[in-house]
Amino acid sequence: MNEILQWITLHQEMIYIVLLMIFVGIEVIGHVPSVLHTPLMSGANAIHGVVIIGAIIVMGKAESDNYLALSLGFLAVILGTLNVVGGFVVTDRMLEMFKKKKK
Amino acid sequence: MEFSILTLCYLIASVTFIIGLKMLSNPATARKGNLIAAAGMTLAILGTIFLYEEEGKKLGNYGWIFGGILIGSIIGTLAAKKIKMTAMPEMVSMFNGMGGACAALISIVEFQHISSAFSLSNQIAGLSSTTTGHVLIIVLGLIIGSVSFAGSMIAWGKLNGTIKDFSFKGQHIFNITLLLIILALAVYLIGWMPANGMLFFSIILVLSLLYGVFFVMPIGGADMPVVISLLNSFTGVAAACGGFLYDNKVMLTGGILVGAAGTLLTILMCKAMNRSLMNVLLGSFGGNTVSSGGGAKQQGAYKEITLSDAAVVISYANKVLIVPGYGLAVAQAQHACHELEKLLESKGVEVKYAIHPVAGRMPGHMNVLLAEADVSYDKLLEMEQANEEFNTTDVVLVLGANDVVNPAAKTDPASPIYGMPILDVELAKHCIVNKRSMKPGYAGIENDLFFQPKTSMLFGDAKKVLQDLIGEIKNL
Repeated sequence: MNEILQWITLHQEMIYIVLLMIFVGIEVIGHVPSVLHTPLMSGANAIHGVVIIGAIIVMGKAESDNYLALSLGFLAVILGTLNVVGGFVVTDRMLEMFKKKKK
Repeated sequence: MEFSILTLCYLIASVTFIIGLKMLSNPATARKGNLIAAAGMTLAILGTIFLYEEEGKKLGNYGWIFGGILIGSIIGTLAAKKIKMTAMPEMVSMFNGMGGACAALISIVEFQHISSAFSLSNQIAGLSSTTTGHVLIIVLGLIIGSVSFAGSMIAWGKLNGTIKDFSFKGQHIFNITLLLIILALAVYLIGWMPANGMLFFSIILVLSLLYGVFFVMPIGGADMPVVISLLNSFTGVAAACGGFLYDNKVMLTGGILVGAAGTLLTILMCKAMNRSLMNVLLGSFGGNTVSSGGGAKQQGAYKEITLSDAAVVISYANKVLIVPGYGLAVAQAQHACHELEKLLESKGVEVKYAIHPVAGRMPGHMNVLLAEADVSYDKLLEMEQANEEFNTTDVVLVLGANDVVNPAAKTDPASPIYGMPILDVELAKHCIVNKRSMKPGYAGIENDLFFQPKTSMLFGDAKKVLQDLIGEIKNL
């Protein structure tokens, strides 16, 4: 019990962020028209590509003789980049088509 | 944490994510929103590479990092640019899986760090609460990341048709048991940190991947968008685990933001189909329901219509409503469709499109396709508007849509799609259905509409049929 309390105290800032972000996330897309469900999903998909930052950190910290960390980290960087770049490009392609409508 | 430029970068990036997501939910600002979020992401990535410090040490291995980013960017851009509009959903699923895999890999490396550091020091000394917290987050990231990865790959395979629906008796119980075993192992690993931790960790990894596979397997192909959206929010949570691990605020903000928004979006998608999330996840579209709708109604007779008859019927109508579906998308017939629309308008026929919210493989699929062909926005009717107009419509032209016009959704409580709102095409005076064959649609059920006296069938590839139809009308 003590440990849990200690952990919460130590990470209270993070826990606040989590709680607030849950509400922001729900609030922000609350009134999305169904037409935009797909692009929105795709955009959100690109945003969770932030994992790549974790991958970069893993990669950057790896000692040069730790081949497991190096190879897995390298793979993680590639996959993370795929998620970010691919995600944003696909979303942009979808939305490009919506733009024409305004003409 | 002392103030640094990196903190500022992360702060700006977090704000762009929130603003970007907000703008993405409005058609007028959506594209800009996506670009803003992308800019924020670039800032965060560059900031991490050049400014990140841990215990006063900068990151190393630049060659590897840039190499990875370069390879990922090239493949990602090419894949995203080359993919056909019809295959967009698969692509999203694929990228989502990559994110999940990335999160899982991070966990593997970090766990290896911890467990090797741990075996160096003596194990009897017990764990400090920080280490326990760390292990908890690493394991959580591993489980969620690998479930998301395996699930996304299955969803991807299902959407492009390489993987068929598959379920067995008692699968839900099997799944729940599997999940419980994973959780039990995780609790043991986190709480007691056994000497052979890496072994337990590997077992958890394998079981999580398996769970991802079995979780998505029984869910029907038509429900894949919902599943992808759900897995999307999973990956968000996995990314947030990384945020906890590195005390990194952007990862946390971005991850939780997507986790929450993704969950809500999943529920909204279910609502658009008038089904509950539970209903989707338990896979009521699964194998056992196919037989119930199939056999009994197959004896009905349908009538075909020739191209020239169809041309006459359409061009002498006052009002035509076009109902596009997946068949249109597969045949890439949106341009031919727009051409037909213009031709008919020049003959004084009123033409509009009736768009079912889940027509195609994803919500909004049809809007995207028709917008690509320059179909004017105000010609697209949403389901409610369209349903008010069907009784004043002379001809409904159904192009490759099936389940969204199946009257069984209203009349047959035994039907797996019962309760889903549909387009009431049967209210129109005449209905012409273009399909490639009499094969049932994605939900795997027969459609009574095709056997009704008002309906006539026009078989063939949507694009070819439309082009021939245009030719016939011009010759009239």
